[in-house]
Amino acid sequence: MALLKYESQVRPPLIDGNKTYHQVTVDIARPVEERPSRLWWIAFTIAVLLLGFGIFSVTREVIYGVGQWNLHKTVGWGWDITNFVWWIGIGHAGTLISAILLLFRQGWRTGVNRAAEAMTIFAVMCAGQFPIWHMGRVWMGFFVLPYPNTRGALWPNFNSPLLWDVFAVSTYFTVSVLFWYCGLLPDLAAIRDRAKLKGRKFFYGLTAFGWSGSTKHWQRHESLSLILAGLATPLVLSVHTIVSFDFATSVVPGWHTTIFPPYFVAGAVFSGFAMVQSLLIITRKVFRLEQYITLEHIDVMNKIIVLTGSIVGIAYLSELFVAWYSQNPYESWAFMQSRANIFSPYGWAYYIMISCNVLSPQIFWSRKMRRNLTVTFFMSVIVNIGMWFERFVIIVSSIYRDYIPSAWATYYSPSIWEVGFYLGTFGLFFTCYLLFSKFFPVIALSEIKHILKRSGDSYKGQMGEAEKETPEAFAHEMAH
Amino acid sequence: MAIKKFVVGSFEDEAVLFRAVKKVRSAGYKLHDVYTPMAIHGLDKAMGLRDTSIPTAGFIYGITGTTTALLGITYTLVWDWPLNIGGKPHFSLPAWIPIMFELTVLFSAVGMTLTFCYLCQMAPFVRKHHFSLRSTDDRFVMVIECTAKTNEEELKSFLSQAGAEEVHTQMAETGWWLGSYSRNRKSFENPNAILA
Repeated sequence: MALLKYESQVRPPLIDGNKTYHQVTVDIARPVEERPSRLWWIAFTIAVLLLGFGIFSVTREVIYGVGQWNLHKTVGWGWDITNFVWWIGIGHAGTLISAILLLFRQGWRTGVNRAAEAMTIFAVMCAGQFPIWHMGRVWMGFFVLPYPNTRGALWPNFNSPLLWDVFAVSTYFTVSVLFWYCGLLPDLAAIRDRAKLKGRKFFYGLTAFGWSGSTKHWQRHESLSLILAGLATPLVLSVHTIVSFDFATSVVPGWHTTIFPPYFVAGAVFSGFAMVQSLLIITRKVFRLEQYITLEHIDVMNKIIVLTGSIVGIAYLSELFVAWYSQNPYESWAFMQSRANIFSPYGWAYYIMISCNVLSPQIFWSRKMRRNLTVTFFMSVIVNIGMWFERFVIIVSSIYRDYIPSAWATYYSPSIWEVGFYLGTFGLFFTCYLLFSKFFPVIALSEIKHILKRSGDSYKGQMGEAEKETPEAFAHEMAH
Repeated sequence: MAIKKFVVGSFEDEAVLFRAVKKVRSAGYKLHDVYTPMAIHGLDKAMGLRDTSIPTAGFIYGITGTTTALLGITYTLVWDWPLNIGGKPHFSLPAWIPIMFELTVLFSAVGMTLTFCYLCQMAPFVRKHHFSLRSTDDRFVMVIECTAKTNEEELKSFLSQAGAEEVHTQMAETGWWLGSYSRNRKSFENPNAILA
């Protein structure tokens, strides 16, 4: 017991069932070592078909130009930027779970962090597609890079939030990949050392980078993970802050709002956790990992959903209040007329947003609802629909009627190729996630082993003995 | 690198391993390394390893990133091609903070990860000798180097008494070589060594 930190008996176990270290390895490596099920193949086929349709839609856009989308000079940002912000928001939960909860020493993160980090990476990949293809002449995309060029050495404008976005999103993607992959190394090595098939030995031998589990390597690994977490925490906040600057630094009524950064970050965490719930409820069922991703995990994440959903709700109210209090006619038009008036052209979208994001998550105040898988899955989808509408409301309802009524837009609805592009990113996301869940351990093996003797069901009983010790003996043990 | 002789002891419980590490060190044996399936906090201290310098490296990479961003933006927007953007000053530091921050994080993260891989000698196609395949699964494997002074039999019984489940001797290459894990192990290994 000497090296085990004390854990309260009041806390329910994070790993159910009678597990040993070996059993943990077997359980988590099973999905990788088994043949994929029929369900996996069906899902994979659908995902690849969606991806194909997306590639076709984007190809049309590249050949014929942005005119393939129903954007026009008033609504210049429509579905594309809505989807960009939506995917980026989803990509925030992974880093929140892995980095912020690591810094806060939350043991429950170990069950869900690997899958959530993978989700983050794939969501950021999907998000990145939208601004890239929205450029129109995408073959000139490298113009955003600062390099000595022949255009009179014309540099990008470093004062522009759009350029900040380029740096923020690409840094976020890089750091997320590094963090995720460093965490994967020991687990890939565990699968490599279990492998019987030659191809598997080769693949995991290659991807594990020759990890041996040496104590010195673990020491460096722990240090690296902790500092990457420390860097990723302000990074994840900065990314959505900068995304919100794309709007907040403009002079468009409805965008020009100082509460955007915290409001966007809360919304991002909100939608990200909803996506984690959707994915993990299916993953734990399909791969029979209910003992590692327990109801306890689902419960905790639902608490975060109700918290962040309510923060978002307060942000909506503050916006309306400020619009009224500012006595600025343009500001008040954007909020009271273009949004909150249900009879205005996009009023319906505002009320879908309010009911999905603020009202419906309130059922999670009830413990029974938080622990109901069907309700949780349903709600996770509702929340993501609501969060999509939030971005749509912010973007479209702020710009479709601007200062001059003669420039007011006709009703904007997307073309099939805009919708196709969005569906294509779903294809990309699920193709990547399904491949990940087949070839990589979806749960952080070594981290589960790390908390097994503290939070495992069969070990929790022994932890109570620490309560009977003298304070001196307890302090001595804690010192190790 | 050199091929050396090692006595390898596998432990089932980390608490037993901790006590054994202390005993082995106080008995004066040359502890080569301990291989564990997960990070064990405090084991590095018990083994007498010094702290890692990764945080220092990360800090240096980080300030390199900040400096690169600041100098780069200053060069482009102030010196090389000053543009009048809305009448704002050319040197508009507050607007550069986001990119300076991002580059700090980027340089630090990439640099630290590469440093980590370099220090641990890890890369694709890098092949190392693994003393026990179960050290990534459920065994804590202590490896002691046999020097000229070491009495091998005495060491083996010492390890068994310290709580090792299984003790054996292996000849091993201490460095790394290029290869792949799907191929057979190197021929210098003791064919009688128990590797399961």
